Amino acid sequence: MAGQGEPAAPVVLAAKRVSKAFGEVPVLFSIDFDIRPGEVHAIIGENGAGKSTLIKILSGLERPTSGHVELDGAPVELPPDGQAVNLGIVVIHQELNLAEHLTVADSIFLGRELKSGPFLKLREMREGARRILETLHVHIDPDVRINTLSVADKQMIEIAKAISRDARVLIMDEPTAVLSVAETETFFEQVDRLKAKGVAIIFISHKLDEVMRLADRVTVLRDGQLIATVGTEALTPDSIAQMMVGRELSNLYPPKHEPDVDADTVLAVRNLMAPGVRDVSFALKRGEILGFAGLIGSGRTAVAEAIVGLSPLDSGEILHKGTPVRFADVSKSVAAGVAYMTKDRKGKGLLLTANLKDNLTLLTLKRHFKGPFLDDKSETRALERAVRRFDIRARDPSVRVGQLSGGNQQKLMLGKMMEAEPDIIIIDEPTRGIDVGTKQQIYHIIAALAAEGKSIIVISSEMQEVIGLAHRVVVMREGRIAGILEGAEITESEIMRYAAGIKQGGENERISA
Amino acid sequence: MSVSAPEAAASPSKGFRLDLKTAGPLLALILLVALGYALNPLFLAEGNVTNILTRSAFIGIIAVGATFVITAGGIDLSVGSMAAFIAGVMIIVMNWAVESMGVSIWTVLMGIGCSLILGIGAGFINGFLTTKAKIEAFIVTLGTMGIYRSLVTYFADGGTLSLASGAREIYRPVYYDSFLRIPYPVWVFIVVAIIGWVLMNRTAFGRYCMAIGSNEHVARYSAIKVDRVKTWTYILQGLCVSLATIIYVPRLGSASAATGVLWELEAIAAVIIGGTMLKGGFGRVGGTVIGALILTAIGNILNLTEIISNYLNGAVQGVIIVAAVYLQRGSLSARRKKAAE
Ligand SMILES: Nc1ncnc2c1ncn2[C@@H]1O[C@H](COP(=O)(O)OP(=O)(O)OP(=O)(O)O)[C@@H](O)[C@H]1O
Ligand SMILES: [Mg+2]
Repeated sequence: MAGQGEPAAPVVLAAKRVSKAFGEVPVLFSIDFDIRPGEVHAIIGENGAGKSTLIKILSGLERPTSGHVELDGAPVELPPDGQAVNLGIVVIHQELNLAEHLTVADSIFLGRELKSGPFLKLREMREGARRILETLHVHIDPDVRINTLSVADKQMIEIAKAISRDARVLIMDEPTAVLSVAETETFFEQVDRLKAKGVAIIFISHKLDEVMRLADRVTVLRDGQLIATVGTEALTPDSIAQMMVGRELSNLYPPKHEPDVDADTVLAVRNLMAPGVRDVSFALKRGEILGFAGLIGSGRTAVAEAIVGLSPLDSGEILHKGTPVRFADVSKSVAAGVAYMTKDRKGKGLLLTANLKDNLTLLTLKRHFKGPFLDDKSETRALERAVRRFDIRARDPSVRVGQLSGGNQQKLMLGKMMEAEPDIIIIDEPTRGIDVGTKQQIYHIIAALAAEGKSIIVISSEMQEVIGLAHRVVVMREGRIAGILEGAEITESEIMRYAAGIKQGGENERISA
Repeated sequence: MSVSAPEAAASPSKGFRLDLKTAGPLLALILLVALGYALNPLFLAEGNVTNILTRSAFIGIIAVGATFVITAGGIDLSVGSMAAFIAGVMIIVMNWAVESMGVSIWTVLMGIGCSLILGIGAGFINGFLTTKAKIEAFIVTLGTMGIYRSLVTYFADGGTLSLASGAREIYRPVYYDSFLRIPYPVWVFIVVAIIGWVLMNRTAFGRYCMAIGSNEHVARYSAIKVDRVKTWTYILQGLCVSLATIIYVPRLGSASAATGVLWELEAIAAVIIGGTMLKGGFGRVGGTVIGALILTAIGNILNLTEIISNYLNGAVQGVIIVAAVYLQRGSLSARRKKAAE
């Protein structure tokens, strides 16, 4: 079953008939799972299938309701709260787990600080952090604080932290969800290196090409059940997708309906200067889906935040349906029908300790009044609508949002934005952490919105998504627009060339002229 | 492996812990009442019950305001000195009115008006400095606390400001009289508590306070005017202090540097005992009311019995506060562990 010709090394870590229930809600049913040294074992499945729960059990963070975990062939009770690190089991969780106020170097060495006597060896740690970050090709100063970093940088720090530990088993829950192509590539290099060193690697991903590229074996979960564990060579991306969702998936992307040539421009941005944005100009037409591609930190999010009033404009002009606007804050932009969905769902998108309903209606609470008071029934109806429309799966609707699976949190966030019924929708990483089945649904929703005459900006690090959805693609690089692609120009290699700065667009010359 | 996953199973019972958490402070109060009655049956005599309720009104009203400030992630340390300051100015204004216009109901109304203006103004200053000048609430209110306290000492010239006896006669009923056998201060407390509860649980304002306290970023990204809502919590707090002062002044008819000392801590304690989280994001006005009653009841029981010296009042209150927070922490960390995705 190892899926390779070589004699299989003995199993390091295994789950034996593991079941798990939260309260009365079962989420895993009698799962068998194992991993060998030097092997990459992927876990895939729909949102809420129980993938994260399984790895939490494998790392001691959750205790199985029945069944047990075996380490080196012997049953073990893993210590709770991440102390399994001491047994060589290192985990990168789905959501970032960094202390916001520590520096990068502090974070990387957290819990195993270099010391001489009682004192910290600050210089050595800083140097060590710098070296580790260099192997990952990320240029982050070890002295900056975590809270100043973007989500992608934070994720790279998580990866740096994990690979620098002496891991026997490295478990990663959607490590690449927030990364773009370039970072993902260096991440792959590191995985290959660790694999060669004999580290056992478990990883969860919704990106099936990634699974095909990295994994030796794939385990598919659906609704808490083990569907199959198969060697990757026996699989195609289509067959995996089918196993995951239990039905055939055709046409991930809906057909594109080009907007009318003479459709009016609903949003025009001219020479925009803002933090992280340098001289950006573009126009968005009614019914258009405009993609924004580029590397992490290329300023795509900064453009969006400047437009909706989340960061101050230094100069430039924004025309909303022909009239110049400057939204002072989000309430103004939402009132004008311009809504923005953040990519940082834990930090900026959702209140993790509140329930689904409170989160859904937070942006649009004004719509749920009966006289001066909140109308609970109308809020509940809104939740029911959103649950149906976005297929939000919470086995218990009264749970706190922090207890939803990652993908379902994402769907809730989409629902929250759509509650505002915007005409201009700016979505930052629309399908981060969402399974293929739901992805298809969301793509169709986006396309349908555009067909209705809404205009949509899709910022995405998933190149395929931008290519599959957008009518035109803006490629950004270092805060500027490197090029705007249309029609047949929209290909992976073209986007890459602009994003990496190999090619400069005529568009750009015109702007800087 | 033939078990099928129950999709969207009917929501199971709300979870025992949550219920216990909501009911916790109430249970504690009931236990305390039972204990008080067992130690001395006089505890439940009508006069004593009225007495407890009246006394808890000051702290209770202030604590209802503090519930909003704390839920939105802030803190207000200035309420005790603010009360003393307002009381001092009220007395000065009323005495001046008595001198220049003679005694009439207008004297008292002027005092009350002056109290409301000062309370709202002081709250606005706290709110403005925390939101617009971006100074931490703890620092801002530590500063204003010192300022108000020293101002009242200065006005009283180190001694006591006393209300002119004519005005005192007219004003007295506000504290000492009753309606339907319930003293006016208790009525004010009830009304403030009901309005506070509705505001917290049934209006957008309360929801926004919780959102801001639990994650200010999320609030900002959700079109909430964070600064405005936070400022309003401090204004509301100032208003509550002003109301508490209005019913407090006729009790003694005087104000001095010792007025309202440590009220801020008692108010915060009442809020915390009631189940509101000090770090914000979760507020319970009902709990706060119970918290205020618990604090007053403890003092009262110690007065009525000989077992523990009355001088140990603070110690007993301290133990109760720490225990209450410990219990909250316990259920919270269990939840946080589960929530860790
Ligand atoms: N602490 C918890 N309390 C209650 N239910 C929980 C808790 N943690 C997870 N669940 C539920 O367990 C189910 C499985 O969640 P899990 O996070 O394992 O899904 P997942 O496969 O990782 O999904 P995703 O791809 O969206 O990340 C979900 O229905 C989720 O709501
Ligand atoms: Mg997950």
